[in-house]
Amino acid sequence: MTALEVARPARSETKAARSERLRLLVRSPTVIIGGVIVLFWVFCAAFPGLVTPHDPIFDNQFPTSLKPTWAYPFGTDTNGRDIFSRVLAGSRNVLLIAPAATLLGTVLGTILGLVTGYFRGIVDDVLGRVIDAVLSLPLIITAILIVTAVGKTGTWVVIMIIGLIFSPLVSRTVRAAVLTETELDYVQAARLRGERAPYIMFSEILPNVMSPVVVEFTVRLGYAIFTVASLTFIGFGVADPSPDWAAQINKYYGFIDPYWWMTLFPALAIATLVVAVNLVADGIREVYER
Amino acid sequence: MSEHIPLALEVSDLEMVYRVRGVDRPVLRGVSFSIERGRSYGLVGESGCGKSTAALAIVRYLPRNGRIAGGTVSVAGQDVLGFSARGLREYHALTVSMVYQNPGSALNPGMRVGAQLAEAFTILGVSRGEARDRARAALERVQIADPASVMGRYPHQLSGGMQQRVVIAMALAKDPTLLILDEPTTGLDATVEADVLDLVATLQSELHTAVLFISHNLGVISKMCDRVGVLYAGRLVEEGPVDTVLQDPRHPYTVGLLRCIPRGGVRKDHGRLDTIPGFLPSLGSRLEGCVFADRCALADDRCRCEEPPVTQAGAGHIARCFHQDLAPTLPREEAAELAVPAVNREQTPLIQLEDLGKVFVQSGHEVHALAGVSAAIWPGETLGLVGESGSGKTTLARTLLGIVAPTSGSVELEGRKLAPRFQKRAHADLRALQIVFQNPDSALNRRHSVSRILLRALKKLAGVTGADAEKHAAQLADRVRLSERTLTQKPVQLSGGLKQRVAIARAFAGDPKLVVCDEPTSALDVSVQAAILNLLVELQAERGVSYLFISHDLGVVRYISDRIAVLYLGRLMELGPSETVFDGPHHPYTEALLSAVPTIDGGGRRRIKLGGDIPSAASPPSGCVFHTRCPRALGAVCEETEPPLVEIAPGRLMRCHIPLDELRRLQAKEPESVSA
Repeated sequence: MTALEVARPARSETKAARSERLRLLVRSPTVIIGGVIVLFWVFCAAFPGLVTPHDPIFDNQFPTSLKPTWAYPFGTDTNGRDIFSRVLAGSRNVLLIAPAATLLGTVLGTILGLVTGYFRGIVDDVLGRVIDAVLSLPLIITAILIVTAVGKTGTWVVIMIIGLIFSPLVSRTVRAAVLTETELDYVQAARLRGERAPYIMFSEILPNVMSPVVVEFTVRLGYAIFTVASLTFIGFGVADPSPDWAAQINKYYGFIDPYWWMTLFPALAIATLVVAVNLVADGIREVYER
Repeated sequence: MSEHIPLALEVSDLEMVYRVRGVDRPVLRGVSFSIERGRSYGLVGESGCGKSTAALAIVRYLPRNGRIAGGTVSVAGQDVLGFSARGLREYHALTVSMVYQNPGSALNPGMRVGAQLAEAFTILGVSRGEARDRARAALERVQIADPASVMGRYPHQLSGGMQQRVVIAMALAKDPTLLILDEPTTGLDATVEADVLDLVATLQSELHTAVLFISHNLGVISKMCDRVGVLYAGRLVEEGPVDTVLQDPRHPYTVGLLRCIPRGGVRKDHGRLDTIPGFLPSLGSRLEGCVFADRCALADDRCRCEEPPVTQAGAGHIARCFHQDLAPTLPREEAAELAVPAVNREQTPLIQLEDLGKVFVQSGHEVHALAGVSAAIWPGETLGLVGESGSGKTTLARTLLGIVAPTSGSVELEGRKLAPRFQKRAHADLRALQIVFQNPDSALNRRHSVSRILLRALKKLAGVTGADAEKHAAQLADRVRLSERTLTQKPVQLSGGLKQRVAIARAFAGDPKLVVCDEPTSALDVSVQAAILNLLVELQAERGVSYLFISHDLGVVRYISDRIAVLYLGRLMELGPSETVFDGPHHPYTEALLSAVPTIDGGGRRRIKLGGDIPSAASPPSGCVFHTRCPRALGAVCEETEPPLVEIAPGRLMRCHIPLDELRRLQAKEPESVSA
């Protein structure tokens, strides 16, 4: 035997890379701040009974329309409910719908991206133009169109709509990554041993484009929260007496003068969640796209 | 050299560390060397030995985690490591220049060549108008034929060789004391490489610039340098005048490195190539004794615990070895003689290429990538395919595999016509034709473990699944000398050579009849290359597989090939048994290719210069396509009539108007060298 090449000492570099990523993530201050805020809202959504000082739903527990005071830090609303309790309880709806919708959008978008990027040619051209058409309309308008066409609304409809609208956006990014991958020789080698397209797409290429998929998911999650809030605000989704933030804003934005606190605090709550998710997303993007 | 003029470069006891995960890892260990003004110094070694790090330390372009831990660097008497920010800027602007491997990324793609080059002069304080004139003069100096038109072009409109000339012109704008060339010709064709090297040599003697030449190619170093230093694991293990070191090496590493290279006309039936067993120590590991002890056949206990001092081996020749007297007799690895079965060319060929032609349509132009190529490959033989880039080598291989469909002609396997595209080919035909790619990083899925890669190939190509498959995968790995532990690993955990073994194992999963080897060793270090070539030859001897072997390294092609085909602009110029193609008389194009290869053995043949670049295949020259660059062209007949491919001797085809005897007479005048 001439070639005495022995394997190098087994250093598990894939594991090392993963733990390195994790280390970078937990060391990044933006990820920590964002993560704490997100976890706080998740906790509130999971155990509203543990965090709210008063019941968020029953009417006329307190005097109506009180300004913020020590007793009612965010004031009370026109139905005599404690807005502080309602804000703490209001994350549930958004935190159920947004991740589910984003997951749906990411899965659909990834499949779409794999198909258009792998086949290119006519498939890519046709799907590409359809995607362009969808993207050319403002998100909310498309959503309203679909809701009107479907004729009903509810949690599942909102999840489907947002998922469908997000999938072309995700597919763009995934397609770009797939295009680079298909140029690599391992794809050619797979074709030359007679592999079929689904195997090549899902078993060979997909594992190599997971980084952009993960990044895309976290970035889209921020948008999804915002979109869920917007749809709820214009009336597709839950409504009063639900303590949902956007439902509260929907009900009270007409009375912003003089009852500013009824709109401001739910709005701030949405802002903290969106910003926090984006902070985490930025951290993840930096670590994955190094 | 008068004594009071400072040396152009003096590096002494340079220690450099990279900080990785909080630990300082040494990458240069007490490196000392110097270059006199106007001389050239070569730094050789395999990848990871610290060549480029040394260059970066000299120009102080260290990566953020790099730190110089000791020693001094002085250029023209100035202490480089002591420079302030301002001093460093002046040093970069006036004293030192660096040329990198890839000229495409060294030039700004959005700026015309003229403007970029002029910028190099305006930085020196020259007025804009004068800078343009100087830029034109600089282009003339680097032998660019039509400077005015080149100045108006963008970098991507120039060939690689032209780009590198422009980069060299920019580097020389400041008339530097020290010019560092880091693998400047590695990406270029041999013919272009030879031109660029000639140019550098000419300019160096004109300008009296000191040159630090970094390369893994000993032939290039031997041609270009006065002195050479051999780096291993960050330690300069041997240093001396280039001829002395290459002809009488005194460090076992240098000896091993030189023996790995297929040269002097060695062929596979002469025996296996030598290799250097083992691996480079991992980055920054602590080494008690000699850095090479782990891989050295001469190493004893002393070598393993005591660092050998620098000792004189001759005039100006030093080596760090306790056994430098024994080094030249470094025991060869026991190379069991290998019986390469003779090829029987009476039977039906395995592959018959019939008048293959391929026309690509590129923005309305027809590009004839292949024109009427007919050739056969018999079972158990290797057909070597050579030619400059753009000659159609890859297109030929892709057509054979069915990745691209030929525009005309056909591919026959064992007398049966194959479908033009692989999608339409029978399963058995797919497994009969496999490929080993140039770059194993791209050829292996980085998310799949080695065993998953092999199991899948076994399933698809050999139809083996289940419990049997594991056993087969282990056998397959064993056949390419991969240890069992490798199976659980992912490609990223393997060295380049091991990755290429995995790729070879995958190609052999279904017992192929022909494997296309597309430059399978050009991304590897020479010691690894030797091991891979040995493996390919062993597999051929065991299994009777045929190879279509594409390479730009003529020494490698000569070693492994039974017959050789020379392509130019998609046409076969010459086809024949390996020995006769190399021994001559050659087709003038083959002759030029051979003469362009820098040899280690020194001397050798006179260089035959080819004028300009390979013409565009979109508008091939009339008559003989090679006449525009042919140094032996006869005149009108070559320009007007395309010579036929005729059999000039049994099994030997050539496309040239010059009669064979005339070629023999012309080529006999030149001193013949034995090496490729």
